[in-house]
Amino acid sequence: MQYEPRPQRILLPVSPLFMGLTLACALTFNLLPWRNVSGMPDLLALVLAFWGVHQPRRVSVGIAFAFGIVMDVANGALLGQHAFAYAVLAFAANALSRRLLWFPAWPQAMHMLFVLLGSQLLMLAVRMFSGSPFPGVLYFLGSFISAALWPVATMLLLAPQRRSESIDENRPI
Amino acid sequence: MDRQPPPFFNRGPAPLVRLSFFMLLAILLMVLDMRFRAAETLRTALAVVIYPLQRATGAPLEMLSSIADYFSSLSSAQRENEALRSKVLQNARDVLTLEALAAENAQLRRLLDARERVPTGASLAEIMYSGRDPFSRKIVIDKGSQQGMLSGQPVIDETGVIGQVTRVFPMLSEVTLITDKDQAIPLQVVRNGLRALAYGDGATLDLRFVAANADIQNGDILVTSGIDGIYPSGLPVARVSRVERDAAYAFARIQCVPIAGTERHRQVLVLAHDAKLPSAPEAQPQQAVRSPKGRRAKKRE
Repeated sequence: MQYEPRPQRILLPVSPLFMGLTLACALTFNLLPWRNVSGMPDLLALVLAFWGVHQPRRVSVGIAFAFGIVMDVANGALLGQHAFAYAVLAFAANALSRRLLWFPAWPQAMHMLFVLLGSQLLMLAVRMFSGSPFPGVLYFLGSFISAALWPVATMLLLAPQRRSESIDENRPI
Repeated sequence: MDRQPPPFFNRGPAPLVRLSFFMLLAILLMVLDMRFRAAETLRTALAVVIYPLQRATGAPLEMLSSIADYFSSLSSAQRENEALRSKVLQNARDVLTLEALAAENAQLRRLLDARERVPTGASLAEIMYSGRDPFSRKIVIDKGSQQGMLSGQPVIDETGVIGQVTRVFPMLSEVTLITDKDQAIPLQVVRNGLRALAYGDGATLDLRFVAANADIQNGDILVTSGIDGIYPSGLPVARVSRVERDAAYAFARIQCVPIAGTERHRQVLVLAHDAKLPSAPEAQPQQAVRSPKGRRAKKRE
């Protein structure tokens, strides 16, 4: 299947404060008591991947690693488990960033599904290696929900960067 | 002459280099944490940093529940009062007999010259949140080393044991539930006093190393045996839900369901560490190494 390149709007520069705020919100969401609900999406991973795709020079492996460590401490997980997975996730997002934005929203989400699933698989591998039991197939449901939320994230997180549409016939560009 | 690119083209190390560095760092941290338990200082420091965030996550829920409390009508309060009154009456009889029984028990124990069971102190704590990690069963409570929590304290609710404090941070502590895979608890069958060891198994407990012909039935209540010196004896822990005996194995496969609401409550009771264990028996004087002559003498017999 081939996609016609769509007209792309020129976005305003991103505010680092807004990026930090969205990451903090996602982390806060992850800290809510979700344990009894299996298959909850990992919003922090989604937001990290999003900024990794849209701002690869600002959100790269190091920041993802730091957020992963915070997740490990907050959850009492093996120290480095989330950090490992998030670092690989951010790397994949950075690597995909040039390609991904040529696609419409849903094919983008399909790409991200595999990236998110990969990071979850890595986390599972690390935990199985350290001797934990398999948490059940529903564990992977989170990635599917996250991927489905990708278009929503695009809409919400890019909203402050869009400028109002003012059509000027006389403007050269 | 060496020409450097202008600084605005400088993007730092290559992405793959960066990724390898952080992956190695993560693996190092995991090994340190898993094998040597050496990353606790880092953990504590980070826990203090993210404490406000963790507080903030609980704030909306607390606010909601306080608003709900405020608006709970008088009639429901009266109804609750009525129910509690009747319950107090029901309990009064038990309490009266309990006092008599406690006195009698103390006397009997003195008679037996047994160590008197000291009533251990306890402090109430509230569950802040439960860990999101699907691989472990942990909850975080709102009391830490500032409030005198110690690693190793048993945690109970009103029906039984739910877990043990495993990590203490300044403002909060981590409780590993008895259903966690790495958590073991020594138990005793109420019906016949048989001792056993239970390991967490996700949602249930697994009673291991019990002989295939041991007298354990479905529905048996298991309480803490108290021989470990951490859990006080006699706290209800689990109920046997399935017993499988297979002649091919030396041990029976026994599954138990926790009695306490390990996943339900909001308030828990952290029992004080009753560390008054009898001192370890003195080391036996080393037996003199038998001379080869003696061994030979034995062989000849």
